[in-house]
Amino acid sequence: MTRPDVTGTTPVPRTWRKPPFIANPWLRYGLWLAVVTYLVWAFGSLPFNWERISEGLPRAARIFGGGFPPSFERWGLLFTGFKESFQIAILATLLGVALSIPFAVMAARNVAPLPVYLFGRAVIIISRSFHPVIVAILFVAAVGFGPLAGILTLTLYSIGFVGKLLAEEIEEIDWGQVEAMRATGAGYLATLVYAVFPQILPRQVGLSMYQLDSNLRASAVVGIVGAGGIGGTLMNAFGRYDYDFAFAILLIIIAVILISEGISGWVRKKIW
Amino acid sequence: MLEISKLVKRYGHDEPVLKELDLRVEGSSVVAIVGASGAGKSTMLRCINRLVEPTSGSIRLNGRELVNLKGAALRRARRRIGMVFQGFNLIDRLTVMENVLAGRLGYVNLYQAVTRRYPQQDIERAFTLMERVGIAHYANKRADALSGGERQRVGVVRALMQEPEILLADEPTASLDPRTSEQIMKLLQSLASELSLPVLINIHNVAQAKTYTERIVGLRHGKMIFDGAPADFNKEALEAIYGGIEAPEEELVETPSASLDQGKPGVTHDQA
Amino acid sequence: MVDHAGALADRVWRRYDRRQRLIRYAVLLVTLMVVYWAVRDIDIFWPWVWDAPNQISNLGARMWPPDPRGLEAILNAMLETVHIATLATMMTIFIALPVSYIAAQNTTPNRACLWLGRFILVASRSVNTIIWALLFVAIFGPGVLAGILAIMFRSIGFIGKLMGEAIEEIDRRPVEAMQATGASKLKVIAYAVVPQVMPAFFAIVILRWDINIRESTVLGLVGAGGIGVLLQGAIDTFAWPTVATILIAIVLLVLVGEAITSVLRRKVI
Repeated sequence: MTRPDVTGTTPVPRTWRKPPFIANPWLRYGLWLAVVTYLVWAFGSLPFNWERISEGLPRAARIFGGGFPPSFERWGLLFTGFKESFQIAILATLLGVALSIPFAVMAARNVAPLPVYLFGRAVIIISRSFHPVIVAILFVAAVGFGPLAGILTLTLYSIGFVGKLLAEEIEEIDWGQVEAMRATGAGYLATLVYAVFPQILPRQVGLSMYQLDSNLRASAVVGIVGAGGIGGTLMNAFGRYDYDFAFAILLIIIAVILISEGISGWVRKKIW
Repeated sequence: MLEISKLVKRYGHDEPVLKELDLRVEGSSVVAIVGASGAGKSTMLRCINRLVEPTSGSIRLNGRELVNLKGAALRRARRRIGMVFQGFNLIDRLTVMENVLAGRLGYVNLYQAVTRRYPQQDIERAFTLMERVGIAHYANKRADALSGGERQRVGVVRALMQEPEILLADEPTASLDPRTSEQIMKLLQSLASELSLPVLINIHNVAQAKTYTERIVGLRHGKMIFDGAPADFNKEALEAIYGGIEAPEEELVETPSASLDQGKPGVTHDQA
Repeated sequence: MVDHAGALADRVWRRYDRRQRLIRYAVLLVTLMVVYWAVRDIDIFWPWVWDAPNQISNLGARMWPPDPRGLEAILNAMLETVHIATLATMMTIFIALPVSYIAAQNTTPNRACLWLGRFILVASRSVNTIIWALLFVAIFGPGVLAGILAIMFRSIGFIGKLMGEAIEEIDRRPVEAMQATGASKLKVIAYAVVPQVMPAFFAIVILRWDINIRESTVLGLVGAGGIGVLLQGAIDTFAWPTVATILIAIVLLVLVGEAITSVLRRKVI
């Protein structure tokens, strides 16, 4: 501990500025410039139809005015729509989770040979790149309107999501167990069943619950393009300016999603 | 001069942590407050700058009553009370200089605080104090890049930046290794005499309390049971304060950050 | 201790005890019944199902080879999609941060604000982007504004919720230290809260931008701008080779978005 007057041999600069987050001034101001340029460019290039937009407020008033109070009169239609959404979600989760296992094995570098790995990865990447609504519109074009298109869509969606996480899980398994199984002379399938699956199973159950929840959410929207479920009912209500019915559907969708989120969270907590 | 009289603190409906505590600290003396975990040391210190709200009683600093202050008046009072914490309580992601200047937050306006444009004399003072404790060369380093002892020095300088009328230190050495903690105690002792500042130190280490302070106050179950010179602090006093108390069980009451150094208090009990 | 003799007498190995097994069977049974009900009750014309692989490969064949004409229009629509996602993400920040501030238990001014904040977050998160788009198209007419608003309204809940959690998880001790210096509430936030949540903030915004790129590809299907408008048009006119081009473009866009995100994430954090 020295006295302050002794340490005065090297004069310290007595001003202080916060060191900038980005040290290089060119880069720092360049970034600001880039952001501003981008904003100007983006806003300038987007086609805004101001005439139509300016009608927005009175329209909003009319929509919300027509929407309240929400009308639950056609509850039969509402019920059928939700029933179909549930059925789509359940079947798609079942199919998707079951199919995600082989795809996950294919897409895990440590258990799959290279060509198989590339194929598995490609399937997962592609099914993850497309929003379910885009997939739905293609399936509707291929197999026609109705819940079948919805099931196919959400199955593919589940394979992408669950398959990716599961593949990562397989890549991180304890390799010792696999070697132990191989040492007993087990074949490829037996090794998978005894050394790989037990390690990923707890995760798989949790993921399935999560996926059921997220499929239920998605099943509400794939209907908008005709793939069955409550989304179609909602789309029709909007199209026919039945705003009170549309808001009733929206309220129920929110309620169902909250409940399903609660249940899925509770189950996952129980399992883990 | 600090005068505490009939200070009571009760959490909810539990047994009071502080029971009508009286304490007077005059001049620039260094006072050690010793006691087992849960004796109320930390609560007492935090009542002085009102981080903990006292239930009843009076605390006067240089004649000003602190207990009934509110809002801006409380903040004005707080800026004259420096505090050093057990876990340093630095803002890890900010630089040492910003941490030090944060001690001036009670004085500068919001614009100055956010843009880090502190007045010239504050920066001057910061450099002087940092040189005094030997951390000036770290000014632009991030606080989390420093070692424990250096971090506590930053904490001390931050408190001194407030131009305090009193310095409170809540177990300032409990998170440090023995050698560093000696250094910090020495520093607090010499700073107290240099700046003629009264210092209250909560401390577990009785040996250090005896070496570096001029007065020892012993607390047990929220009551003062010893008050005297270090020389008078004998075996009986120690027994009266710590006797029959086993592992710290009321860690929660003691201090919210106590969990940082598990088991330390238990170790220091055997010091004498 | 356990009575060893008794335990040894009838040693039977079981994976699960009685209660666990009953629960497992019950869960399995309920699942099977639900699935059976779903399969029997769902409104599907089964012959179509067996025909589906045929139909899908048929559609695939019609898409091949992709039609490169109109590539310029597709690229422009792609840019529009990116703009929608980026602008919406940027603007969301200004709304989501105050909401997360009042929806975090440790910073909220009072209980009323806490519940208001939570209500905003839940409302925003429970309505899908495309449903928000449907609503805004009805209000402001088809176009990019409806798309930007839809993405914003969905992102507020996402960013707000995660930021709220980040605020709730901060280290309390610097906050205490700042209060002890006599700093006002805003200064405490600027010094003790903001620096601590900065990394989480960047990570969350980058993550949401990535998601928003994907989401904005479908806005056009309900008329809210972006590449989806072209896709819908191509499907309506059965221009399958063009559809294929658009699909490839979307995959590339998403992959590029993912690459940018991972670079940004490494740079910033």
